[in-house]
Amino acid sequence: MELNARVPEGPIEKKWESYRFDTKLVNPTNKRKYHIIVVGTGLAGSSAAASLAELGYRVTALCYHESPRRAHSIAAQGGINAPKNYANDGDSVFRLFYDTVKGGDYRSREANVYRLAQVSGHIIDQCVAQGVPFAREYGGLLETRSFGGTQVSRTFYARGQTGQQLLLGAYQALSRQIGLGNVQFYGRREMLDLVVVDGQARGVVVRNLLNGKIESLAGDAVVLATGGYSNVFYLSTNARMSNASAIWRAHKRGAFFANPCFTQIHPTCIPLSSEHQSKLTLMSESLRNDGRIWVPKIKGDKRDPSQIPETDRDYYLERLYPSFGNLVPRDVASRRAKEMCDKGLGVGPTGIAVYLDFRDTIRLNGKGSIVEKYENLFDMYQQITGENAYEFPMRIYPALHYTMGGLWVDYSLMSTIPGLYVIGEANFSDHGANRLGASALMQGLADGYFILPYTIGDYLATGKFPAVNTAHAAFRDAEQEVTASIKKLMNLPGKRAVDDFHKELGKILWEYCGMARNATGLRTALELIPKLREQFWRDVRIPGSPEDFNQEVEKAQRVADFLELGQLIVEDALHREESCGGHFREEHQTDENEAKRDDEHFSYVAAWEFRGNGNSPRLNKEPLAFEHAKPSQRSYK
Amino acid sequence: MRITLRIWRQKNANGRGKLVTYELSNVTPDMSFLEMMDYLNLELARKGEDTIAFDSDCREGICGTCCLQINGRAHGPLRGVASCQLHMRSFKDGDTIVVEPFRAKAFPLIKDLVIDRTAFERIIQSGGYISVKTGGTPDANTIPIPKLIGESAFESAACIGCGACVAACKNASAMLFVSAKVAHLGKLPQGKSEHKQRVLNMVAQMDAEGFGGCSNTYACEVECPKLISVDNIAYMNRELLRAKVF
Repeated sequence: MELNARVPEGPIEKKWESYRFDTKLVNPTNKRKYHIIVVGTGLAGSSAAASLAELGYRVTALCYHESPRRAHSIAAQGGINAPKNYANDGDSVFRLFYDTVKGGDYRSREANVYRLAQVSGHIIDQCVAQGVPFAREYGGLLETRSFGGTQVSRTFYARGQTGQQLLLGAYQALSRQIGLGNVQFYGRREMLDLVVVDGQARGVVVRNLLNGKIESLAGDAVVLATGGYSNVFYLSTNARMSNASAIWRAHKRGAFFANPCFTQIHPTCIPLSSEHQSKLTLMSESLRNDGRIWVPKIKGDKRDPSQIPETDRDYYLERLYPSFGNLVPRDVASRRAKEMCDKGLGVGPTGIAVYLDFRDTIRLNGKGSIVEKYENLFDMYQQITGENAYEFPMRIYPALHYTMGGLWVDYSLMSTIPGLYVIGEANFSDHGANRLGASALMQGLADGYFILPYTIGDYLATGKFPAVNTAHAAFRDAEQEVTASIKKLMNLPGKRAVDDFHKELGKILWEYCGMARNATGLRTALELIPKLREQFWRDVRIPGSPEDFNQEVEKAQRVADFLELGQLIVEDALHREESCGGHFREEHQTDENEAKRDDEHFSYVAAWEFRGNGNSPRLNKEPLAFEHAKPSQRSYK
Repeated sequence: MRITLRIWRQKNANGRGKLVTYELSNVTPDMSFLEMMDYLNLELARKGEDTIAFDSDCREGICGTCCLQINGRAHGPLRGVASCQLHMRSFKDGDTIVVEPFRAKAFPLIKDLVIDRTAFERIIQSGGYISVKTGGTPDANTIPIPKLIGESAFESAACIGCGACVAACKNASAMLFVSAKVAHLGKLPQGKSEHKQRVLNMVAQMDAEGFGGCSNTYACEVECPKLISVDNIAYMNRELLRAKVF
């Protein structure tokens, strides 16, 4: 299939404006006639559902939580970028665009990134108007800070709880629309299939998590805002329920999956401590502004860190990258930490951690300066590790955190299925092969508040929508498939729990498709994953009834999909014979162990097409052209 | 560590619940409380027994999904800590721990330790917002907000909506939750114009949901995982009076 990104003509700074002018509008009184289903109500979904309802569309929103306020967006800590240039340090739309494309290692679509940079300033205005309590200067104006991978101060924040405050803003806007009757909201519903009628996305099949009933919803367009798939690795910083089922099942109905192997490992997480660990916890990368990362110079140095003198410490990021120092992008910081631990220089009981030390900032600016910015993070660190990081350096290690890959979308954020829009982390478009800090909140809200509400109107105004309701055969077929699949799982006479399989899949992926990948390892994973999937469908044991509140049934659905998606991630990683951003192939590195891109052969989006269970997926390519941010070897020295 | 758990099991809202005893022998101090529950569930699932239903998600103490009454206290023994951030190092080898759902008339039980907190949703929908539409907002720096007022609004806005305040209160009052939102929005200049109506609507909805009144025991503040202050309640009472009288 020919992939057409439908990027408007004209100079990059005019593309969005001309797109908006050229789109057909839906007459305000006609908007009521269109029904949009929004699946997932985190930052992207809540902001989209609220904005669409404000415009006058009929909106149904659903999520698997009881409340939109529980979405994992809430856990984002560090901040949100916008090129307001309030700091007077030379920031601009173009600089944010340039940094994002470069940070993404030249694997994103220029036009989308430019638009993101253009609308990001409005997000701050919008959030302030909603009452988001961003950090302020004594004069009352907004304060900003710098963040990993950039040299300007463009990150707006609310202590270490920016995601929480932004989500509450969007949630409150959505709640207002629910209260006004403009949005019908269903909580505790999980999407298990997409319904396509005559080539158009016309609805979804969901499981009511309260009683296990399979239900359908019909509409004129479907928006997926269901987040990323880091939990395919079992251990990640994502919330426990975050999963890929909605996008994966849409993929199986025809939506292409783009760049699945572009997964982000975040450098500053609390290291794994035991087998029973259920998830990893992020420590905001903003900590790298005030903390210095180091390991002992001597292998196996077991001295208390306070007893290790300066001369025996290796501040390796500052040594290797004098100009960016501790603020190098996430992929670089992560890989270097792994390298230090692989060399045997790691610290802590497991030797799989590096120090993040605040001693010098506390000496220079006092403990108060740290308390004010990061109190909640230090508290959280203490709760998890039992250690006081004001006294003792934090121990950190990289962990899976974000997925840049996702469903392929064109400039209007529509997938390869007409009428299926994908926003936020669930799509692939803006971060290329690596996302910069404080850009996820920006993208989720840009998509939801300022992009989708315009672009979806064009589709509705120009398309034809014959009346379809849930009695249509396509809905009944999809419901039956979902019911049959659940029944099949329930009836297996297995012995192993769902989590046993999930953990094993995670170990395979982390080992062979984690921070560093090579062809041999990836091929091993391609042998192991199908075997594990087969075992799952033979040997999983799900207690209880499917027609009940049953969390094992929920998990089984998610893990069944992870077992398929995991394989696609590995296939994508194997096919991409280059290193770029978060995708580091050991065969492709420079003499200084930096990622070595191959622009000649791999400057494209890999969009995978599902061709039936048991068939290998087909690779479609969207070529990428860089006219404004010229590809160069990323250098943070 | 050996731990004895006495966990509330109840099939559904209409069923009769009871405490069921489980013995665990391989608990480690660095496990979180919920990881211990996962571990128990894993063993139950392998045996084909019904797992214990409990809500949790972010496990970083910010999403507000987890809500366990541990040894009679909302979120357990530590101050300012949600159930998910409680670790087994806070308990001793051989301890017996009683785990129940948050209990309140306005939080009907769904199954085992899972409760329905949609009453909070309806309270927010009744007025817990600033009425702005997307777009057309002025530049963010147009309205300067004194740092201390911004900080104070933030302190109130830090509420995670878990319902511990309700579970801790002998009257099952939601005053801390409601007042935190009223104060967050009311302290900011952007929220002033509809402040009066907001207070009236949210309090009316709170009463309609069946939450009890406040009798100033301050148990809510003690059990709040985000240490939201009872000053918010005083603020709301004052603002409610003002809205009614003036």
